[in-house]
This record gives sequence, structure tokens and C-alpha cells, in this order.
Amino acid sequence: MTPEEQLLHIAEEHRAAQQSFTGSLKVCVAAGCVSCQSDQLKKALDAAAKKSGADKTCKIKGVGCLGLCAQGPLVISEPDGTLYHHVQPADAEELIAAISARKPVERLAAPANQPFYTRQKRIVTENFDRIDPEKIEDYIAVGGYGALIGAITTRTPAEIIEEIVKAGLRGRGGGGYPTGLKWSTVAKAPGAEKYVICNADEGDPGAFMDRSVLESDPHRILEGMALAAFAIGAQRGYVYARAEYPLAIKRLKLAIGQAEKRGLLGRDIGGTSFSFTIEIRLGAGAFVCGEETALIASIEGGRGSPRPRPPYPAEKGLWGKPTLINNVETFANVSAIIRNGSEWYSAIGTEKSRGTKVFALAGRINNTGLIEVAMGITLREIIFDIGGGIPEGRKFKAVQTGGPSGGCIPEQFLDMEVEYESLAKVGSIMGSGGMIVMDETSCMVDVAKFFMEFCKSESCGKCVPCRVGTAQMYDLLCKISEGRATRDDLALLEDLCDMVKHTSLCGLGQTAPNPVLSTLRFFRDEYLAHIDEKRCPAGVCKMRTAMEVHA
Amino acid sequence: MSAPARVITLHIDDREVGAHTDQTILDVARENGIFIPTLCHLKGLTPIGACRICLVEVAGFNKLLPACATKVTDGMRVVTHSERLDRYRRRVVEFLFASGNHVCSVCVSNNNCELQSMAQLTGMTHLTMPYRYPRLRVDASHERFVQDDNRCILCQRCVRVCDEIEGAHTWDVMGRGIEARVITDLNEPWGESSTCTSCGKCVHVCPTGALSIKGTAAAEMKKKTHFLAQYWTLKEDRS
Repeated sequence: MTPEEQLLHIAEEHRAAQQSFTGSLKVCVAAGCVSCQSDQLKKALDAAAKKSGADKTCKIKGVGCLGLCAQGPLVISEPDGTLYHHVQPADAEELIAAISARKPVERLAAPANQPFYTRQKRIVTENFDRIDPEKIEDYIAVGGYGALIGAITTRTPAEIIEEIVKAGLRGRGGGGYPTGLKWSTVAKAPGAEKYVICNADEGDPGAFMDRSVLESDPHRILEGMALAAFAIGAQRGYVYARAEYPLAIKRLKLAIGQAEKRGLLGRDIGGTSFSFTIEIRLGAGAFVCGEETALIASIEGGRGSPRPRPPYPAEKGLWGKPTLINNVETFANVSAIIRNGSEWYSAIGTEKSRGTKVFALAGRINNTGLIEVAMGITLREIIFDIGGGIPEGRKFKAVQTGGPSGGCIPEQFLDMEVEYESLAKVGSIMGSGGMIVMDETSCMVDVAKFFMEFCKSESCGKCVPCRVGTAQMYDLLCKISEGRATRDDLALLEDLCDMVKHTSLCGLGQTAPNPVLSTLRFFRDEYLAHIDEKRCPAGVCKMRTAMEVHA
Repeated sequence: MSAPARVITLHIDDREVGAHTDQTILDVARENGIFIPTLCHLKGLTPIGACRICLVEVAGFNKLLPACATKVTDGMRVVTHSERLDRYRRRVVEFLFASGNHVCSVCVSNNNCELQSMAQLTGMTHLTMPYRYPRLRVDASHERFVQDDNRCILCQRCVRVCDEIEGAHTWDVMGRGIEARVITDLNEPWGESSTCTSCGKCVHVCPTGALSIKGTAAAEMKKKTHFLAQYWTLKEDRS
């Protein structure tokens, strides 16, 4: 049997095993729903099905993130497609009875055809509601690993790189560097020993895109990495995941083991001469380790602090060898591009930002959760159509993108298309996909202070501007928010922002002033209200005198 | 193995200079008598680009690059001094003074201190931001040397010389951000370190009075870094 036939055989067997089931209940088993006991719910459903004898016809299946995280635990009932929200273990018997009777439980059903689902465009998350993340057969049955086997048996590495270049895929970690260009640089770098690293050290406050992808479709990342390794000529790969994601790590480990067993990772993949192994490295909680040179230092066993670039990792990376580092979501796009072709991919999105982007909606928004949208969608559509708007009828004030490296985008830009360049133009960045919505009860000085405190405590302390600058800027922001600052303090703050931005060693320091700069740009009047009138317009900050502070 | 060094030309401050591709901007500038201020850099130790004093403007790069850690390339155009660079350098020195407790008059390294010289050089006569006055530790447990965190600027020269030249790696950095400190072993008192060979190299490469020899009074500590020359001449001979 050829490797391709083997894959088809596995898929066929798996499908045959499912045929006896006339219906299924898909329970979200990603972290959001597990945190409200979807694992208990799944057990209860299993027990209820067994008790009523429905387990012969109805399959209870764990699936990936279903998106509406704030309404969990979520369950989808097939074949009718009803989405149930806020399901409790006590509801199990009722659900099982309903699926046998083919009549949905109205009490638990979420509204059908919500814009939350209909307005999304799913590539990275296409399998989330279809497969059990802990079963490789499920992934293979939906066409998984087909792109990899097809590539290594019938195509050349140069063709794969060409495909990624043509697709116009750009780095989803936030920088937006052209992925194809990065791949071809590493492929051209001299030396036989090369590495592929998947950056899963997601650390922006309020962001959980990579986590959901790893928890919901881990094989997709492995396949993307293997395709990258084939394209650039690497034999070994690492996933650098933060230890705070135990479920993602567990599923990743399981996936690696399953793929190795099936001969889809390891030595002589699919009977070809291509070998590729993947190991997991756990981050110990330092945000700065998401910076590529710090990440490499951490994998090498050193202190996770960045080093000056150039030389770039593409030239001198892990153990001094050419290294390709891409983000989780970037790798998650790869297999779809190879499978469907670059033309298909580049038709989605805008001219300069192709494809889709996964966003984590958080903050003052009705539909907190995970979404994937085509590039070029407007912020208004994301927040008000998909996100369902602001709770309690409050007024929208700003949306924060890009985490501590990004900025706050005010209302006048709501109709702007979401793409790398447009976000940069208004002083923010695409970032890795965190989107925090703020309403009229949020104070922008307080927001800037929050992010500066984050940068201050996450600075590695290696270079002077970031080490001392973030601490000084944080102190100034405290002074402003407490109504103790003067206009001179504001001038100093702006001066330090400029200095830290242009002199820091790595991206953390270079972008740390962004939340301050962008709030100053659009909400300067709020800063001035704190300084001149000793008043917080949003009513968040408590004014204190110097005497109270030092008492 | 990297390709053998080629001979190239580049412009530093509008002067055309020749160089090898394995040299840094700082090497070439110094060779040609062009002064670029440095603080964490010390010839003979691996450059880390941490202090940001030696940042220069390079045409075609939208970011400033550390002269100590950036290799020259053919046709590069470097600017080592400008109003903006001077301003940033003064700010870096200010940051260092604000983040420690630097009192020159009572310091063993007074008049022999690279931080003090840098303040004079950059014209940093006073601070435009508040002092932080951190509460820091003095470790006098070693029989011959003293470590005073109040005067430490985290240049990591001690860390590098101990690791790269002495081969002991007694020193390393602990903590993050403004809380970062250099420590001996696993933050044990220096006097109880099982790896320290008491060679004193760290003391002599320290640019300030943070590491000093016991028994020296104010302004008496003079650092001698000439021992490093034998290491870099050896390295240069080999290449």
C-alpha cells in the first residue's frame, strides 16, 4: 500500500466504525468549557447514554473549542445541528432522550444561525467542531496528514516554499513577516542541520488563540511543522509551549505519540527518506520567552533573555544553526494552503493581508470567545455583529489589539478594515489576536498603566531602557492616575516613551510604550483631566495626594 | 563553519574605512580612531548589547544597532554621533543613576569609575526623573572581595568573565526587570560559593564600585583589565 492509500484506509475504517451511529452529541472539551465542567458533563452523557441504551445509536464525542466560551459548556447535537449552551451534567438524560426522540431541548438551545457563527470564515479552526482532538483517526478522516504525505511523495521542497510565498501568508504571531520569505531564507542558509520551532508561548493578557488551536486540533500544528521541515530541510523540531497550558501540552504529547505510531512523524515518514521528530519544551512563565532569540536561549537551557539581531535565527538560531520559528496559528494555516493551493488561500482576505485571523474576544463584550474571520472584515462587524456588542447597553469606547505591544483603537476607526497595515496606521498592531473591548466605564490611563505594569514585571532586565524605563514610566502613570502629576510629568512620560521605543534591545521594550502612545494619541483629554482637574472621567482611578501615598 | 572574512569598505561618519567582515562596527571605529562610547562592552568578552550606550544609526535599518554586537557589511553607512543619539545616551546614564544608589563621594571607585566618566562624557549633570532609591544588599562574606548591589549597573561583565575566561560561572543574573540582580551560585553568599576560585577577574572588569577589593577606601579602587588582552590577542592570532 502506498502511504496515501494507507491514510485513505485509516479514514475508511474510521468512517465504517461510525456508521452505526445515527446521531451524536459533541461536547466541547477545550479549556474554556472544561473550566465549567464540560468533562463532568461528558461523563454524565456517557453514563446516561449507556443507561438508556442509546449508546448504540448516539455517539458522545469530545470536540475542540466551539467558540462561545462565555456560554459554556457547549454541546452540538447532530444531525439536527442544534447548539446547546450552559449545559450542566444534570441535563444529560434530557439531552440523550431528546436525541433519541429527535426533538431538541428548547430550554438549553442557543439561538440558531447567530451572526457569531455565520459571519466567521474558518480555516485554522475548520476542524474544531468536527474532530476529537485526542484521536488521530478523526483528524485523518477529515483529510489530515494528506497534505504532508502528498508533499513528501510527489513534490519538491522548493515547490512547497513557492506555494507558501504565493499564498501570501504572513506571520500570525503579530509581526506579520512574510512566512514564505522566512522559509526560503532558512532553506537557503548553509548547513545540513536545521531546526523548526513552533512558538506556543502565548502570553498576551486576554489572548487564548494558540491555546485553543493546540487543544482543539493539535495534529494540524504537527502537520504544518512537518511540512515546514520538509521545505527547509530540517530533521528536528520543537514546540515551545508555556507550562500554564497543561491541557494543550497533554494533547500535544498524545498527538506526537499517535503520529509517531502511525509513521507520520519520526524516521522515514511515509516510507520516504524524510525524517522529522518533534519534542516539546515547556516555558517557565516568562513573557519575554515569546521573543524568538529569548525562546531559543530558553530551549538551549539558558536564561530566557534576548540577544541582539542580526544575526537572525534564520541564519544563526538554535545551537547556532539555521532555525525557522513560526507561531502556532501560522503553522495551522500551512496544511490547508498545501492541500487547497495558494490561489484558494490568496483569494481570501485583502491584498496585503491574505487569509484569515483568529481573534480572542474579551473584555466588555457580549460574546466572549474565539472567532476566526477573513482579513478585511471591519472592527464594527467583529465587535457588534459577531461579538454581539457591549453588555448592558453601554457605549463603546475603544478596542485594544496586540496586547502589551499594541494600542487602543477608538470609535472613529470602527469601520476600518482589519489588516496588518491599517492597524499599524492607527498606532496599534495586529498582534497575535487578543481583542479586548472597552466601554465608557474604562479609564484609558488605567488601561495604559495596566499594560505598563505587565511590561515592567515581564522585562528580562538585560537592557537598560527596558529595565529602568518601564519602571519609571509605570511610576509616572501611577502618579497621573492618582492625580498627583503635573504637565511636566506628562512631557517626561512622552520623552521616555520615545527613548525606550527606539533604544530597547528586543520587541518587548521596543513596543512597551505603545499602549501609552496610542491612548495619548486618542484620549489625551483623559490624561489631562487626571492632571489638571484631578478627576478620572470614567470614575475608575482613585485620587490620592502625595501625603496619602507616602503615609 | 562560517565563510572566511572578506575585506570590505564602509562609511563611518562620512569617512571611508576598510574592514574585515568578521569585525564589529565598534572594532572598525576604534581601529580608525572614531570614538563610540561603551559601557557593558569590554574587549575580550562576548558582546551582549545590553547597555545601549553604543547604539549607532545605520542607513537602511529603521532600528538603532549596538556597535559592539553588529558585524560590518560592505557599503554600510554608519552615523555614530547625532543630537538624537547623544540624547538617548544621556538618558541611559540617567536611568542607571536613577535605578541604583550611586554616591560618588563615598565610593571606592570614585575617579576610576566608567559610569562616572560616562556621565561626564554625555553631559549628564543632573537627573530629570525621580531617583528610585531601591533597598539593596551588600555582600561582604568573601574574604577578599565585596559586592555592593547599590553600585551595580547589570552590565554582566562579571558574569561573562567568570564564565568565558575563568571558566567557573560563579556569577549569573537572578530575577526579572527592575528586580534583576547578579548573584553568586544559587544566590548563596559569595564567601560560601563552592565554585568561586577567588581569582578576582570579576572585580577588575567591573566598571563601577559594585565589586571591589576589601580594605580599599573611597577613590582607592583602581581596576586593571589588561589581563584580558592576552585572551583577545590569542583569539585574533588563531583567526
